[in-house]
Amino acid sequence: MAPAFTIAPPLGPADQGQIRLGGRLALAEAAPLWAELRRLGDGVSRGQGLDFEMSGVESVDGGVMALLACLRAELHRRGVRSEFLAADAHVQRIIHLYGGDLSVARLRRRRPLGLLDQLGRATLAGLREAQLVLAFLGQMVVAGARLLRAPRSANWREVPATMERSGADAVPIVVAINFLVGVAMAFQSAAQLKRYGANLLVADLIGISITRELGPLMTAIVVCGRSGAAMAAELGFMQVNGEVDALRTMGFGPMRYLVLPRTLALAAVAPLLAILADLAGVAGGLVVGVTSLDLTTRAYLDRTARVVALWDVSSGLLKSVVFALLISLVACQQGLATSGGAEGVGRRTTSAVVVTLFALILADAVMAGLLRVAGL
Amino acid sequence: MVKVVDLTIGRGGVVFQEAASFEVDRGSIFVVLGGSGCGKSTMLRVLIGLDQPLGGSVTIDGLPPGRGPSGRPTFGVTFQSGALLGSLTVGENVALPLRAWTSLPPDAVGAIVAAKLRLVGLQRAEDLLPGELSGGMRKRAAIARAMALEPALLFLDEPSAGLDPNTAAELDDLILDLNGQLGLTFVVVTHDLQSVFKVGQRCVMLDLESKSIIARGDPRDLRDASQDPRVRSFFNRAPRTATT
Repeated sequence: MAPAFTIAPPLGPADQGQIRLGGRLALAEAAPLWAELRRLGDGVSRGQGLDFEMSGVESVDGGVMALLACLRAELHRRGVRSEFLAADAHVQRIIHLYGGDLSVARLRRRRPLGLLDQLGRATLAGLREAQLVLAFLGQMVVAGARLLRAPRSANWREVPATMERSGADAVPIVVAINFLVGVAMAFQSAAQLKRYGANLLVADLIGISITRELGPLMTAIVVCGRSGAAMAAELGFMQVNGEVDALRTMGFGPMRYLVLPRTLALAAVAPLLAILADLAGVAGGLVVGVTSLDLTTRAYLDRTARVVALWDVSSGLLKSVVFALLISLVACQQGLATSGGAEGVGRRTTSAVVVTLFALILADAVMAGLLRVAGL
Repeated sequence: MVKVVDLTIGRGGVVFQEAASFEVDRGSIFVVLGGSGCGKSTMLRVLIGLDQPLGGSVTIDGLPPGRGPSGRPTFGVTFQSGALLGSLTVGENVALPLRAWTSLPPDAVGAIVAAKLRLVGLQRAEDLLPGELSGGMRKRAAIARAMALEPALLFLDEPSAGLDPNTAAELDDLILDLNGQLGLTFVVVTHDLQSVFKVGQRCVMLDLESKSIIARGDPRDLRDASQDPRVRSFFNRAPRTATT
């Protein structure tokens, strides 16, 4: 189908420097029109003129007018004279609406940021972030001290619901993951242990590594992905929605009302989840021990009971509480630092998970080192 | 241009309006108004095809609301809070429909985006994220995006809600400019009376209690001469009085 517009380039000396436009100029057919205008515009040099003769234009929509105005501005900047000529009153109004009759301003070139600039900005952003974190920690300490002085002032109503969401609802996945970790570890070690006839030592391996390290750590990773991300997103949304400000104006400090209940709830359920994780991990090892290492259930469990000391389990539970505090505090800090709408919420939620995972591994390494130094 | 015939709308088992009928003429500014909860926003969602009516029909130029034969949207919509995509800059938001529905090269898309933003007074906001804009700027950016594909029809949901008087007045002027100079048809859902009187050429007033249209016509005539006390109290911003 023929386009609804016509475009006639300058044919001879009589209409030199004029492009004659006609018909109906609509966005739906702008692509071929733009290509032709570009071609004609590229053929004109500085000092020459190229006007748009509009007497034949029946109608023009905003999109095409925007393109024409843009081309006119580009020609002006290249030193080519260009104007819209002979437009009827209606078309002239649209030319005016899209700035086609305004003087063309010089284009300010945006220079890309240099390396030093970028480094400086990143440093400042990092310092601002550190300031936010320190401020958060300070507010937490103050809120914690107030809680000790006036325990009834806390938002205890939030605690059971958070315990259910973060604890009870997480049980299936915590048990499943730690069971599989026990299975995987036992399988990995089975071949080596069999070679030395030390089948029963699988109980030692699983029992000690699960209770001291893997149980609490894997549980923390699961809770981070589930509850940490949810907390960061929830508080982030509240922050951008103005709900945190509304709480403040009503006398509810965000630390006392939002952060402390979540932190206490998570710290309460973490040891319980860790115990379940320990049992699930040991069960995973048991399955492999019985099916692949010719052990009996009784032999495996007796061995586990003998080698796993109370301190092994206790240290794991202690770690789980530390991990829970890290998860909750990082998630809440990131959530309350959110700005910038939905994009900001997504960014802070991602950041909460990544930072928490790093913090968990770091804390685990530090605690392992400290316990070793203390001979525990 | 827009024809509504015996439209019944509701949500969650609740009927807001029954058997509503009206027409929006091409090139006019038509206002849908009414008290809170009467179904204005639901009506808008049905008019633009986001929700299905419980009964009746809506046609735009004889076709059900939605996209044209090529799939391209046939009208533009602005939502109450702007609904700009938060991960894209203002410029990218306006460019989105152009990139999706035209074969224009990037420089042409850029030119149209710059022109649309200049039209709504946001020429310096092209590289900003929506989260960095004020409420008024978000609404203007949303209008620029709604106009990107040069639709002949624009639906505006509470365009002046939450805006300061100056910004609301500028938005009204923009609507009048676009209507007068480009002949765009507007369907505006609002209960901002100052805007209604300034831009509205015809209106329908929805009523939740009777689930029907209780007034239609020129808003100024309804304010001055309506016999219905509900209509008079609404347009004169008076508290509702008990009617027997």
